[in-house]
Amino acid sequence: MSEPVQLPLRPGGDEDVDLVLRGGTVIDSSGERRADVVIRGRDVVAVGEDLSGNDVIDVSGCIVAPGLVDLHTHLRQPGKEEAETIESGSRAAALGGYTAVLAMPNTTPAIDCAAVVREVLELGRSACCDVHTSGAITVDRAGDRLAPLAEMAALGVKLFTDDGAGVQDDLLMRRAMEYGRGLGVTLAQHCEVASLSAGTCMHEGEWSARLGLPGQPAEAEELMVMRDIALGRLTGARLHFLHMSTAGSVALIAAARASGMDLTAEAAPHHFTLTDACCADYDATFKVHPPLRGEADVAAISRALADNTISAIATDHAPHCPEDKELPFEQAPPGMLGLEYALALAITQLVDGPASMSLADVLARLSWQPAAIARMERHGRPVAPGSPANLCVIDPHHTWTIDDSGGASRSRNVPYVGREVRGRVRHTVCEGVVTVRNGEAQQ
Amino acid sequence: MRHLLAIDDLSRDDLEEILDLTSSMVEVSGRSIPKVPALRGRTVVSLFYEDSTRTRLSFDSAAKRLSADTMSFAVSSSSISKGESIRDTVETIEAMGMDAIVVRHGYSGVPAQIARWTQASVVNAGDGWHQHPTQALLDSYTIRDHLGDLEGRRIAIVGDVVHSRVARSNIEAFNRLGASVVLVAPPTLLPSALSSWPVEVTEDFDSVIPELDVCYLLRIQRERASEALVPSLREYTARFGLTAARARRLHSKALIMHPGPMNRGVEIAGDVAEQDNAVVAEQVANGVAVRMAVLFLLLGPGRAGAASQSVFEPVGIEEI
Repeated sequence: MSEPVQLPLRPGGDEDVDLVLRGGTVIDSSGERRADVVIRGRDVVAVGEDLSGNDVIDVSGCIVAPGLVDLHTHLRQPGKEEAETIESGSRAAALGGYTAVLAMPNTTPAIDCAAVVREVLELGRSACCDVHTSGAITVDRAGDRLAPLAEMAALGVKLFTDDGAGVQDDLLMRRAMEYGRGLGVTLAQHCEVASLSAGTCMHEGEWSARLGLPGQPAEAEELMVMRDIALGRLTGARLHFLHMSTAGSVALIAAARASGMDLTAEAAPHHFTLTDACCADYDATFKVHPPLRGEADVAAISRALADNTISAIATDHAPHCPEDKELPFEQAPPGMLGLEYALALAITQLVDGPASMSLADVLARLSWQPAAIARMERHGRPVAPGSPANLCVIDPHHTWTIDDSGGASRSRNVPYVGREVRGRVRHTVCEGVVTVRNGEAQQ
Repeated sequence: MRHLLAIDDLSRDDLEEILDLTSSMVEVSGRSIPKVPALRGRTVVSLFYEDSTRTRLSFDSAAKRLSADTMSFAVSSSSISKGESIRDTVETIEAMGMDAIVVRHGYSGVPAQIARWTQASVVNAGDGWHQHPTQALLDSYTIRDHLGDLEGRRIAIVGDVVHSRVARSNIEAFNRLGASVVLVAPPTLLPSALSSWPVEVTEDFDSVIPELDVCYLLRIQRERASEALVPSLREYTARFGLTAARARRLHSKALIMHPGPMNRGVEIAGDVAEQDNAVVAEQVANGVAVRMAVLFLLLGPGRAGAASQSVFEPVGIEEI
């Protein structure tokens, strides 16, 4: 057993400069108000009217909010650096308004032991946002043996998942929950029953029938949600459900939460934006796990975000090289980019769409609620003197059209090309350092 | 028509135009020298990622009867087996100046993907479970040849619909040409979501037999039993095989069809396959003529919006 290690914080902002975000409207977990914000070093030092300093950014007409927090980011490093690196992925995150991301463990090698955790965190120290990592539940995410959760927890890992696959074995999952409860960590599941989803590449429905593609039913997800709720009740573990995609899953989560269980869930932008009809041209850009579902599911996910049954929007940012996405649909790897589009999609779909959420509620799902789920204490905090300066500045009026460049990502698997969206990140500040200024990454 | 990817892309008029032209091609094929110069100077390359000697030969002879040059990209002995991507292969073919690419692939959608990457015409020669449009055309032609017309005809498609590109294309073609289609299969061999398909569905083969004008049997692969889709081939045959007893209850003029290769004794009894109204060999023969019509429409003087007159009396189809 290794000793608990306190990894140093990433570099903070300049102690000799008072950076002022002037003229904006602050929205955070405590409400909404007109205020200037002064940042020095790595902290917010003043919030109020008519504040001054030696580096003033005019943010009039914009929203100043706690930086966004992504619970579900595939950074691909180590192992698949041609698709993404911690550097490129964190730059995409910063451009999307994120000050922290939680890396998923399905790298090569998997993030399943202290050595790989340490490598990712060390690479993350010079990244454009805070890089936290999850750890695998099982060794090599193979679903056979429990990974050394405690040695990873000692390095600050607070959430464990075999994301990319669910832990299939009921007994092993029970043990992971019991052991994890003892460590005080969260068990997060990619809910997919492998025997129902093996060989499938999209949602099972009218479209898969017509396209001649093997589909997986919504029940492949829902059965594992059901099982984990039952095991969670048995073990008392703290659970988080990754990328919920079906109306049935939403109903299960709502019922479990209503019964008082300590569990949370997230949804990805594509699951409240796109349907399985997008697969009609066999463009594997639209292939993702869990798959794009039908319109009723998309509406249910939107409603669940609005009523907070699902309390976090998580990107499931999953870069893949163009040549991999040009394989036959069934062979292509699943996943799509999300970090630079999540905020604008959330505003466009959830604020302007039928769910009619407030901007403050959308920011709650993107920032302080996911920060609480991942227990990232320096993120999602109210914008107040003494808080860490992890902030983003959003122009809510800016409408723009998503292009196929892929932004700062090394990959270009963007499923939203040509879509007009509202809301754009103008500036991002991470630990007092301006990582994005006027829409340009600073590093 | 720039590509032939799926029957869905064709209207009833398009289908009838192809079938009418097929009649001319049947006539050409019956000549002492079954070859016309219609596609002289055109090059057709076949790109078969899945083995199918029958379909490849059929396309090859169709192209040759129209005097096109033909080439075959042999998957097993080429750069593909060295890991070349489909897109790179297609771009290589494109660079050599091919006019049409005939594609067979085990995965659904590959011809549609290829069509995005090339200026050449793409002909789908079967993709995964999705479509096999020239099979549907040759089947429609065969039915029309025997029964005059598909309008109002009752056609059963029997067997493994969910895994069948033949079923998906034939349902579309038969429906567009006015036939009424009934699928006969257990739920395990049907897509779970069928409500938008223009078909009736039954598990009771015996009940529909007397009303059929065409009994179309799909091939059942032996591994379906091990996938728990049917308990055993024996039980499949008992419920869904065209046994001699069932064949006797068919109308005497009803056609028995099968896309081949047949599993005699499983989906069709050996003797039944030999009956006069079993037209499996004609289906194969008509396949060449249908593929001639398709290639002619894609590459010949009738393509790209030329007057339909030139299609019905094709310019360039003359004795050499």
